[in-house]
Amino acid sequence: MYPSRFSYESPKTVQEAISLLDRSGGEAKILAGGQSLIPMLKLRFASPEMLVDINGIPGLDYLRVDPDGTLRIGALCRHEDLEFSTTLANTHPTLAAAADLVADPIVRTRGTFVGSVCHADPQGDWAATMVALGGKIVAQGPQGRREIDVRDFVLGPFANALAYNEIAVEAVIPGAKGTARGGYLKLERRVGDFATASVAVALDMAGATVSHAGCALAGVGGRTIDANEAISVLQGKPLTAENIEAAAEAVAAVAEPRTDHRGSADYKRHIVKTFVTRLLTNIAKSEQKAA
Amino acid sequence: MALDEIKIGGMGASRRRVEDNRFIRGKGNYVDDIVLPGMLHMEILRSNVAHARIKSIDTSAAWEIPGVRLVLTGEMMAARNLAWMPTLSYDTQAVLATDKVRFQGQEVAAVIADDPYIAKDACSKIVVEYEQLPAVVNPFEAQDPSAPLIRDDKENQPTNKIFDWEIGDKERTDQAFAEADVVSKIDLHYPRSHPSPLEPCGSIADYDRATGKLTVFMTSQAPHIVRAAVAMVAELPEHQIRIVSPDLGGGFGNKVPIYPGYVISILASILTERPVKWIEDKTGNLISTGFGRDVYLRGELALRKDGRILGMRMHTVSDHGAFFADAQPTKFKIGLMHSTFACYEVPAAHLTSEGYYTTKAPGGVAYRCSFRVTEAMFFQERMMHAAANDLGMDQAEFRRLNLVKDDMFPYRTAFGFLTDSGQYGKCLDIGLEAIGYSTFKQEQEEARKRGKLLGIGISTMTEPLGAGNSREYDIIGIKMFDSAELRVHMTGKAILRTGAKTQGQGHETTWAQIVAHELGIPAEDIVVEEGDTDTAPFGMGTYASRSTPVAGAAVAMVARKIRAKARKIAAHLLEVSEEDIEWELGRFYVRGNQERGVTIQDCALAAYSNVPDGLEPGLENNAYYDPPNLTWPFAAYICKVEVDAETGVWDVLKFVAVDDCGVRINPMIVEGQIMGGLTEAYAMANMQYITFDEEGNCIGSNYMDYLLPTAWETPGFELHEVVTPCPHHPIGAKGVGECATVGGPAAFVNAVMNAIEHTGVRNVDMPMMPNRVYEALQTGEDVSGMPPMKVE
Ligand SMILES: Cc1cc2nc3c(=O)[nH]c(=O)nc-3n(C[C@H](O)[C@H](O)[C@H](O)COP(=O)(O)OP(=O)(O)OC[C@H]3O[C@@H](n4cnc5c(N)ncnc54)[C@H](O)[C@@H]3O)c2cc1C
Repeated sequence: MYPSRFSYESPKTVQEAISLLDRSGGEAKILAGGQSLIPMLKLRFASPEMLVDINGIPGLDYLRVDPDGTLRIGALCRHEDLEFSTTLANTHPTLAAAADLVADPIVRTRGTFVGSVCHADPQGDWAATMVALGGKIVAQGPQGRREIDVRDFVLGPFANALAYNEIAVEAVIPGAKGTARGGYLKLERRVGDFATASVAVALDMAGATVSHAGCALAGVGGRTIDANEAISVLQGKPLTAENIEAAAEAVAAVAEPRTDHRGSADYKRHIVKTFVTRLLTNIAKSEQKAA
Repeated sequence: MALDEIKIGGMGASRRRVEDNRFIRGKGNYVDDIVLPGMLHMEILRSNVAHARIKSIDTSAAWEIPGVRLVLTGEMMAARNLAWMPTLSYDTQAVLATDKVRFQGQEVAAVIADDPYIAKDACSKIVVEYEQLPAVVNPFEAQDPSAPLIRDDKENQPTNKIFDWEIGDKERTDQAFAEADVVSKIDLHYPRSHPSPLEPCGSIADYDRATGKLTVFMTSQAPHIVRAAVAMVAELPEHQIRIVSPDLGGGFGNKVPIYPGYVISILASILTERPVKWIEDKTGNLISTGFGRDVYLRGELALRKDGRILGMRMHTVSDHGAFFADAQPTKFKIGLMHSTFACYEVPAAHLTSEGYYTTKAPGGVAYRCSFRVTEAMFFQERMMHAAANDLGMDQAEFRRLNLVKDDMFPYRTAFGFLTDSGQYGKCLDIGLEAIGYSTFKQEQEEARKRGKLLGIGISTMTEPLGAGNSREYDIIGIKMFDSAELRVHMTGKAILRTGAKTQGQGHETTWAQIVAHELGIPAEDIVVEEGDTDTAPFGMGTYASRSTPVAGAAVAMVARKIRAKARKIAAHLLEVSEEDIEWELGRFYVRGNQERGVTIQDCALAAYSNVPDGLEPGLENNAYYDPPNLTWPFAAYICKVEVDAETGVWDVLKFVAVDDCGVRINPMIVEGQIMGGLTEAYAMANMQYITFDEEGNCIGSNYMDYLLPTAWETPGFELHEVVTPCPHHPIGAKGVGECATVGGPAAFVNAVMNAIEHTGVRNVDMPMMPNRVYEALQTGEDVSGMPPMKVE
């Protein structure tokens, strides 16, 4: 597999990277982990004239929590940095649950969280967790920085809201107001497979009641499915079997699956419902144990 | 005194694989590692449609790219009589398409350039105008009278049918069915899969006009067959053709056939007078080279109430793609499908087969199996499972009752094979004990009460490995024997060459062990070389688990010839007559005086320095081995699964394998072969298949869609062994490389079926993906990815 010809640049600062992008007039692409871009180049699905490799830019590989609980993920933070984080399970259990379901261990050593959200694959795992958690992407361009809500950022399959001369420098995810609870379930045919269907759930709990609920789906639509409104039926309610059932129904209803060789639309919708039920039931059980 | 056989790395030693020294250091020498001076690079343009008439091909823009040296089309091949080539099944296959393309991925043009990037760029500049024709993606579409005629290039080919074939005794079988108490039926589809070796196919052709010699480095499991074929097709003198198969990154049957890319690279080298390298990419390998399986299997068993089998009927409908290119013995159109039920007592049997052209890639290679034996055994064990259920009998009991008993060998099967040895019942019992069979039913019931679905599946089988016996087995007329040549040097070190070709089986390790066993030369003193037709003796190559049964036997035989000569030298050195010489491992001594002796190394030195009068100097020889029969290993595979009723996902809780492959030369390598085979069996049962949409587009053209299992999801396997030596093999070995791929799939499928068949479902076709299992659980009806079978 031989890609088309391209030139290669390895800037040392974000500013330098931006001016390279600016000068290329839209014919350049950023290379982060390369785990999606390199295959696209080899298949000649993408033929940019220039690659701007950001791996040499220092200071972008952070994963940190601000005093107010906000999580900040730098553009060069790798999937495995989230997987091996010792604190993420407490602050952002949804992300922790997804971390070892993204791709396979080899890909996780190189692929980046931000790159995955930029890639906007409808089957991508991180974009779904971002939507459930109400995350934002910080974009930087010649005019400076701006914050974009992830729901406005992921526009469709493989399309995001960045201008050609902007870099996504950071993902920002708010901390929970009460107790953070959440999870991620994915039906995959084997490790490294994209989701046949997957569900991200993120709850804020105030005692036994749900003070805020977030949910998003991957693999069951032309883009990441925003199920936040659907799961809001849980708002202000305890996690009873009845409420869980209602939430699962509501979320399954907003999925937009298509029949293909991985299964029928009905099957995928059923999986969404089953996974929502399982995730919420697990949370309810651990709440009971904690109480 | 006699040497310790294990210490010298002889029979039974789990010696580390010597080839791994270079593989794990990245020092292997694959075709793509070879760089010749002045070498050019070739890229193939493939058809993006399945079936179309070629209206025109415009290569002018490609020629204009700097660095392009040659652009070849079918027309240019035709001018040299090379547009078509013969297949291994007496059909023809297009090298570069002239009239039509007949599958997606077919070779349409080739660019030869200074580097592979230029070649790829130039390919994208070639403009092909197609007039689309309807695709034909399964044999039932092919049967339809309104279907387009795919092979309109052939005379006497009025329809898309390739063959009708039958074997067995129809009358006696009909009689058995008339007398049956119960008739059990099953309908299956064994889906198309691809062997997908990690290294794709490739070649470097190097034609030297000055010497007239053609050297081809290529990915071949059978380099000597290639030499013969090139001599016949390209009309080059055979002594001027050298085929070299260096290290191979797996083969699994995929590297037996001769592919268009090899032929084009040869012509390109002749025309450019430069070495030409062609390395296929992964997609090219998946969409155009030899696939496996793709056959519908329908069968019936005639049964007596007490569980005895009275007769068996089977009908197959196979999809061979656009060219009949199966790699199989000439006599048998559907391979060794008739080896089905060889381990059971079946008084009467009849098999009918029909084969069809479709607009899919050709191949029908024996993907890690001995010519369709995988399909035969899958059918057998799925049929047995259904029959036991229909009779209301226990799965193990039903099999035990019908298995051929130890005292019945040699046993003639209903289709005429002769099985010669085995302890089938013992293998089954060991497996049942290991899996905890006696308490399983109770466990299953209790689990069901807790909402959990457990299942157990058994697969017992013997399979014919190690063709041939030249009376019955040939490929394009060449008899299926094999060979070995051994040279012992003066210091007692040796080089061994065979006509086989290792591709992961570890010949460099095990062949040396056979020589060590026969001669007492330590295995580490023997180097093994294969794959170069200028140096290796003629042989039929490695596939169908034939290396140890055939070439391995030749190794033992040539070592024995060497020992016989060394004995004469020993008699001379010890100054006694040959009759007074005794042998113990590594040493000859004088009968009655064990102290007085000479080692094999002493004899080697004397062969070059102190030869008795009348004896030729030197210590080398060769052996050609024509096996008297196939070898028949036996295996019992038992699998226990849990099915998630809400999602259809299934997990293997335990898998037990009991293999009897006769005497084990290197037990570690044998276990590796079994684990690898079980992994592929699991893959087929669970995820691995290539399918096509209505337009003939291949779904499964890359590793995102064509799933190979990783270490992550592959279950653990518990291995057990039973040893019944092969009575006719010089060291008692039987083939083993493929037992697990052949017998394994049915164990997984039977286990999942056992967990869900309370709903009334009889069959879920492979791969048993969660959505299919879930659908079966919901509906209680059979689930298949394919249209139902129709019989003409
Ligand atoms: C075998 C395999 C299995 C996989 N399985 C999964 C899976 O199960 N789930 C899943 O979610 N993903 C999966 N992936 C994709 C993987 O997660 C990628 O790492 C990820 O999608 C892209 O991140 P990257 O850092 O590798 O980005 P790259 O490949 O470098 O870039 C991807 C795209 O994003 C753009 N981009 C990257 N970073 C930035 C930035 N900072 N600013 C602006 N644009 C940017 C690039 O220009 C490019 O268009 C798999 C990949 C492979 C190879």
